[in-house]
Amino acid sequence: MKKKGAEILVDALIKEGVDVLFGYPGGQAIPIFDALYDAKDLTVVLVRHEQAAAHAADGYARATGKVGVCLATSGPGATNLVTGLANAYLDSIPMVAVTGQVATPYLGTDAFQEADMVGISRPVTKHNFLVKDVKELPLILKQAFYIARTGRPGPVLVDLPADVSRAVLDDYEYPREVSMRSYKPTVVGHPRQIEKAAGLIKTAKKPMIYAGGGVITSGAHAELFELAIKLNAPVTLTLMGLGAFPGEHELFMGMPGMHGSKTANMAFQEADVIISVGVRFDDRVTGHVGSFAPKAKIIHLDIDPAAISKIVRVDIPVVGDAKNILAALNKLVSPREPSEWNETIKKWKDGRLFSYKHSDKTIKPQYVIEQLYKLTKDSDTLIATEVGQHQMWTAQYYKFTRPRSFLSSGGLGTMGFGLPAAMGASLGLGRRDVVNVAGDGSIQMNIQELATISINRIPVKIVILNNEYLGMVRQWQEMFWNKRYSSTCLRGGTLCDECKGPGHCKINYVPDFVRLAESYGIPGFRATQHADVEHVLKQGLDTDGPALMEFAVAKEENVFPMVPAGKPLDQVMEEL
Amino acid sequence: MNTRTISVLVENHSGTLSRISGLFASRGYNIASLTVGETEDQSISRMTIVVEGDEAIIEQVVKQLNKLIDVIKVIDFEGSPVIEREFILVRVDSTKSSRHEIIELADLFGAKVAYVGASSITFELSAPCEIVNDFIGLIKPYGVKELIRTGKVAMAQTRK
Repeated sequence: MKKKGAEILVDALIKEGVDVLFGYPGGQAIPIFDALYDAKDLTVVLVRHEQAAAHAADGYARATGKVGVCLATSGPGATNLVTGLANAYLDSIPMVAVTGQVATPYLGTDAFQEADMVGISRPVTKHNFLVKDVKELPLILKQAFYIARTGRPGPVLVDLPADVSRAVLDDYEYPREVSMRSYKPTVVGHPRQIEKAAGLIKTAKKPMIYAGGGVITSGAHAELFELAIKLNAPVTLTLMGLGAFPGEHELFMGMPGMHGSKTANMAFQEADVIISVGVRFDDRVTGHVGSFAPKAKIIHLDIDPAAISKIVRVDIPVVGDAKNILAALNKLVSPREPSEWNETIKKWKDGRLFSYKHSDKTIKPQYVIEQLYKLTKDSDTLIATEVGQHQMWTAQYYKFTRPRSFLSSGGLGTMGFGLPAAMGASLGLGRRDVVNVAGDGSIQMNIQELATISINRIPVKIVILNNEYLGMVRQWQEMFWNKRYSSTCLRGGTLCDECKGPGHCKINYVPDFVRLAESYGIPGFRATQHADVEHVLKQGLDTDGPALMEFAVAKEENVFPMVPAGKPLDQVMEEL
Repeated sequence: MNTRTISVLVENHSGTLSRISGLFASRGYNIASLTVGETEDQSISRMTIVVEGDEAIIEQVVKQLNKLIDVIKVIDFEGSPVIEREFILVRVDSTKSSRHEIIELADLFGAKVAYVGASSITFELSAPCEIVNDFIGLIKPYGVKELIRTGKVAMAQTRK
């Protein structure tokens, strides 16, 4: 079949199962957008900034498990995708980014809007391609999707020069299959390693499960649940893994690490066998690596061989897909009765994983999350977050029970992720309600997407916990930098007189989020006192379409517990 | 510093070298030498990389290399018998009086005279790295004007 490069791209997207993509046009991408103009089976969402296109594709992928696609023009359009690529790379999210590029004769000449995207994106993508000939395009696109979604997933960038988009291929056919001699991910776990793991588990007196994003990617939550129940093993889930095990279950210990539960962190330090599944021993989890899990033998199930013994040396690695390894393991292990270990966990947990000082005067941010949970737990609503204190409070106080119900930037910690990710997720799930929990700092990093959300009537419900600070950094300044709040007050600026601290400031806070939302045609609601919280949440959640809810929360509330960076997990600070 | 020689078979695409060197740069691994060239199969290049680092670092280097999409195979030569060679060109100061002595020394190492100038001699030598190092050490006192080393290439004695 005769097709132009851009038409080949459109055909490939449809054949790969893409139904929504996020993009922003520009000179070198016009041929691509022109071909998309006629594509009835593809919804193209025009964002307001390319970074948002990448995060939206990322959110779409997290929510649906499918490959997310974003599209930008050459030069600045393409470089604006970079943060989104890095974000998806660190969280192993399947994504294909297509960028326009200057025509091949101009490559390397510093042409207008030329940027070396293959060079720039190399360290933040799983792989990338520069298409120099339309003949290569069908196979490259097939490979791009294959690489993005298989093995440890990740973003793949395809840089498409304008002359290749326009060039005609006479005998186009989209490849049905792809096989690459240089890329063959291990999927099936080695039976001997699985037997060894089962053998070690049999000897365990204090077993625990430490699971993460890999369980969600693999769809292995049911197998994980079976293992936990069979072994009566307490479970901790990383930020990326939340939702892979029911948050209200008695075996659940919450998130581990820096702002994790004391229960999970103590369990690491006391356990004798740790079954790690789809995790990467991130520094925010392990604390001081030398003191991590001193008494434990560690089993590590992961699809990425390079994740094995990268940070912490493990005793029994099993490389492969979590779902089939756990299924095989479940057949080999025998049930374990609850023991003293379970009593110890229960004692640590003491009925709850996290706590804060309640107040009926000021709005405690944790209270807002608790109320949000109460109002949405029986629905199929998804929760997204930005990055900072609000993200940690959401991870602590919202009890996630379903995989793919929590969308958060784990590895890169990207402020500005949540809003575009929420809209991508919503559109991926046929306009599902998605709540984006945000701080007043991070919501402003991609706030231009209020336009995209409004125009397309995407039911994103924005919850802003406004403490008028870049709260997480302010917390560190309070705790470790002598309360020198350098550049973290969002009221303050170059015209400030001597600062007397929170509550003494005469400068008006900007923006007025409610009026800002209204200017975009989005209903806005504000709570300034404790008693308003539930009502405002209900107003926003009951609104048909998008809504914004702002909560004037306690300004200097801190996230606890906290294990300071680089400290052992048992050195927990529970308050100041 | 410990070094380890690894051989990397890669797809012979443009940009593959930058993926490999970029990996080393971004993860902070040190390359002592790197050579690259086509193999008997034109679609495959072979890189011989001498890496500095302890056991844990080498293990990560090998895993991270394997993870690159364009890498077909990584061969760690540790513990297996290999043929290894390095090629050098070295230009040494020479006077009438020292010329004979220098050539005699080079002869002992099997280095060949590549060019003789008025005040210098250029030798070529292909030998295992240690011998190359010894030769350079002994010839240095005569005044090395210019030295080019290709870096090591290595091949297993028998195909596994």
